[in-house]
Amino acid sequence: MSARTDTRLWLAQRISAMVLGACVLVHIVTILYAMHGGLTAAEILARTHGSWTVAAFYAVFVAAVAVHAPIGLRAVLAEWLGLRGAATDWILLLAGVALAVWGFRAVWAVVA
Amino acid sequence: MGGGGMNGDWRARNHPAYWAFVVHRVSGVLLALFLPFHFWALGQALNGAAALEGFLRWTDHPLVKFSELGLVLLLGAHLTGGVRLLMLEFLAWREWQKALLAVATVLTAIVGVVFVFNVV
Amino acid sequence: MSKPTDTLQVSVWRGAEAGEFQVFDVPRLPSQTVLDVVTYIQRNLDETVSYRFACRVGMCGSCAMTVNGVARWTCRTHVDKVVGDDGRLELAPLANLPVIKDLVCDMRPFFDKWARARGYFSPTQTREDDFARISPQSKQRKNVEAGIECIGCGVCYASCDVVSWRPDYLGPAALNRAWTLVNDPRDGARLERLQAIAGDGGCLACHTHMSCTERCPKQIAPTASIAGLKRATALATLKGEL
Repeated sequence: MSARTDTRLWLAQRISAMVLGACVLVHIVTILYAMHGGLTAAEILARTHGSWTVAAFYAVFVAAVAVHAPIGLRAVLAEWLGLRGAATDWILLLAGVALAVWGFRAVWAVVA
Repeated sequence: MGGGGMNGDWRARNHPAYWAFVVHRVSGVLLALFLPFHFWALGQALNGAAALEGFLRWTDHPLVKFSELGLVLLLGAHLTGGVRLLMLEFLAWREWQKALLAVATVLTAIVGVVFVFNVV
Repeated sequence: MSKPTDTLQVSVWRGAEAGEFQVFDVPRLPSQTVLDVVTYIQRNLDETVSYRFACRVGMCGSCAMTVNGVARWTCRTHVDKVVGDDGRLELAPLANLPVIKDLVCDMRPFFDKWARARGYFSPTQTREDDFARISPQSKQRKNVEAGIECIGCGVCYASCDVVSWRPDYLGPAALNRAWTLVNDPRDGARLERLQAIAGDGGCLACHTHMSCTERCPKQIAPTASIAGLKRATALATLKGEL
């Protein structure tokens, strides 16, 4: 990986971190508020169904996580398990795509 | 001489900024491992509200609630620790940044406490 | 509070990468430094023990080694500060560097990385040009002054876990020096230097453990310098310069 790519990955990590900082804050507050009321699945889904706000917010959330997690894991794999190189990078890319797919599916599940 | 890592072993790593790193990395890895499961659980809604409801009832179990507390703490720790890192890296270096770790720890604890009070 | 022991049990690393600790009994004296201890061993107990020192007054950094698991200058480490109630000391060479013999490590990789980080000045002017004018109050000069006192002792490098986890990581000292040069308007190789310190082997690999800052005997904060380099690299990338 060239220095250029490494730097772009680092930037993507930090920028997605900033996005996640905002998203996680909203998420924690929302979940705590929902738990306060002790909601059932039907109640939760009633609030999320057809909501563009929920869809947009969580789509951004999923995208940011799909970028942030694999790049973070890349450092852990390289430093603690000695796994580096093209093969590892491809697997991490796949993991990111998988996270995005499952994540968007989950968003669709509660919004559609 | 010196196990996997450095001569210094734990004696050289025993300072706050290093603990912050360990917490941040471990919480990140655990959260990353948890996420696919989280997405799967929510995806249960595709099978109708009843499927999601069944899953939610399972989460009422005290052991699961306890794990959820763990997750909330992990998320809180990773978030506050991450904000601390972003400040250390992107803002000019200042003395008050040393206090960030204490702030992060306190905020995480608060989130955990709020969770417990909303669940019990 | 128990009475300090009269004798120190000092474990000294003998050998190279492979070897073992050898224990010596050293009389304890008031205001004794660890350098006094290892010198006593070499002069009175075993002349084959190899170690480094030069100025013995905390100016040169030659005496850096691992004392009870922590990288320090032995001439500036009082025994009272590091020895436990049991009177034990453990001396080993600096970590993260090849061992030549006993307490002596090979500093060449350390300085090789210094060069690879482009930690050297690239002049742009000649003796015919006027003096460069640098205000001591300028932000850049303050950045330089925060890191310029480094004497290349290797303590930070030995304390850094990323150095031990990534063989190509340039390390805190090299990066700190690069930062002082990035902040020097007289230097003519800014872009080349940013290219040298970017990437996984460069400043981006720093995880802000801050062990370097914790241990630096000159109270330099390489973490701060590296954070500055991260910002400079990010900016250059966004501008398309890198």
